[in-house]
Amino acid sequence: MENEERTALNTFWHNLRAVPVDLYRAMFRGGAPVTDRTRSSFVFGNVFLHLHSVRTHLWSLRWSATMGLGIITTAAFLITLVTGVLLMFYYKPYPDVAYHSIKDIHFIVPTGRFIRNIHRWAANVMVVAVILHMARAFYTASYRKPREFNWLIGWGLLVTTLALSFTGYLLPWDQLAYWAITIGANIAQSPREITDAMGITEWMDIGGLQREILLGSDIVGEESLIRFYLLHVMILPIVMAMLMAVHFWRIRKDGGLAKPADVNERVSVSQPEHYPVFTEEPKKTYQLAAVVKGRTPAVGSGPENTVPSMPHLFYAELGILMFTTLICVALALVSDAPLKELANPLVPENPAKAPWYFLGLQEIVSFSAFMGGIGIPMLCWIGLGLIPFLDKETEGTGEWFGGPGGRRLALWSMVYGFATSIAVEAFAIRFGWLREWFPDVPQLVITFLNPGTVITALYAGYSIWALRRFNSTRAGALALFTCFLCGFIVLTVIGTYFRGPNWVFFWSPADWKAH
Amino acid sequence: MTTKPKEKPSRFDPEPVPRRDFLGLAALGSMALALLVSAFGMLRLPKAAVSASPSKKFEVDIPDALPAGEAFVPPGRNVAVFRDTEGVYAISTVCTHLGCIVKALPNGFECPCHGSGFAADGAVTKGPAPKPLPWLKVTARGNAVVIDEETTVASGTKV
Repeated sequence: MENEERTALNTFWHNLRAVPVDLYRAMFRGGAPVTDRTRSSFVFGNVFLHLHSVRTHLWSLRWSATMGLGIITTAAFLITLVTGVLLMFYYKPYPDVAYHSIKDIHFIVPTGRFIRNIHRWAANVMVVAVILHMARAFYTASYRKPREFNWLIGWGLLVTTLALSFTGYLLPWDQLAYWAITIGANIAQSPREITDAMGITEWMDIGGLQREILLGSDIVGEESLIRFYLLHVMILPIVMAMLMAVHFWRIRKDGGLAKPADVNERVSVSQPEHYPVFTEEPKKTYQLAAVVKGRTPAVGSGPENTVPSMPHLFYAELGILMFTTLICVALALVSDAPLKELANPLVPENPAKAPWYFLGLQEIVSFSAFMGGIGIPMLCWIGLGLIPFLDKETEGTGEWFGGPGGRRLALWSMVYGFATSIAVEAFAIRFGWLREWFPDVPQLVITFLNPGTVITALYAGYSIWALRRFNSTRAGALALFTCFLCGFIVLTVIGTYFRGPNWVFFWSPADWKAH
Repeated sequence: MTTKPKEKPSRFDPEPVPRRDFLGLAALGSMALALLVSAFGMLRLPKAAVSASPSKKFEVDIPDALPAGEAFVPPGRNVAVFRDTEGVYAISTVCTHLGCIVKALPNGFECPCHGSGFAADGAVTKGPAPKPLPWLKVTARGNAVVIDEETTVASGTKV
């Protein structure tokens, strides 16, 4: 071999043999993540991973810090993305044809039913996880400076998640879908309740315009289906992906997860078990060069208690991804996504129920279309968005139920939140409401004085009491958020389990009257 | 640091808004304006000029044996047609709450979705419906009648 001539042909063979190794080296320039340096370059040298910081604080890796809820939401989104693209191979967005294509997916397409079930369950898991994730961020007061903007991005992600679910609900074009969307579209039209009462609908028909843009017609028909399809497979997923990218990026830019001020005293690693833990803040060259704002690291400024994100954080994230997939697959195996009869615009489903997470809304919609469908949800939504700007206290950041009042206040708010909503609902169910007592009562009175608005007002009053009692904006927010969460649960449970045909109260679906 | 303004500005003095800044801002502003106008133009597209829905005007033969006060629902339509001694009248069966189809009962209507109840003349008797069921325009055409779902008439108008 030694005296083998270095001909071009030899070089060619040599290079060809080296292709796999060279390709690997070209892709992973940093080398295997085995040292501090290569673990770092593993993260920042990868366009997807570099949304994470190179090192992660030990506090953030604790199970109780996040419960993995954000990652569960992300994982569920990825699952819906993959299964959704698969379903698009067969789905045809045209009335009646759509229904038959879903039937094909369910009964004929190999694994079609399984994939559709996973898609449906992942969507449900995502809704649950995104709500719990929001609750986690709220209860650990993680929305505070400098994370106000990321709270708002999450606020947008919540709405996008719900919008994705809602638009997906129409696509099967069965009775369930058709009537849920009819109700939804008419909720969009419900500002007419106000404009009618003021007598200005003729000149300023906001409700009618909203419905028309949503449906593309004055009925739920082919135009509506293609619009919902476009929103569901194109517009909303793009919005979602962009917001998610910003959301993750901001976590890193805002200094990782919110942590208590004395976090380093609480998490101190005296004897690192597997891997050395940084005991000094790393030299952040951008800051030293005064390219970006921020504190200049002082040498020897105490332990920072971080570990490399690779493998500590990434393995945790992958574990949660696998866990979420497992949950969705298991649910898909035991429970099929519903498919009722073909949509019939002449006979409504009775009871016509929206997906479960909208049944709380449907419950208050059954008192007033405008207040239940638009007024109160908007109030909650705007209130949620304003939280970081109204509570600027610093006590308790990064801690569960942090702030004045704390765990005790949260507990009492829970009791109050449940008791109030159950009491008002029970009263309305037992004794009826204004229209039953005074048949001639003007609509505007019912719009503004109905069980939904009464519960809202009781919650607001309680929150102001808590705010004054503890002399703290955080206490007010804690009381209000907890109350609304409880109200959401109570109304959702009533709408799901205790409402039957004609939206009449029943103790159990077994008591539903034939209709 | 305050300096006394000079009486006569020299051409070497810094301009209040430097020319470059002004031109840059003007360029940015015109771009923003163009984007805004085009966004409005694009928003115009989804608002359909013609609504793709079936005709709302239809002719219907009322069965001779229809008793007074009993609803006749023409096939495929969300309308209840009645006939009594005073004439023929039609009431929409689309609930004014959230658009479900109400069911005609002997003495009124009831909505399956959120429990609204209506009297025989369409007036709201219970539930969340904000308005009574509208009466629709009916015109006689020979033995049949033509019903226009898009035109409402005053409650009590019989033909």
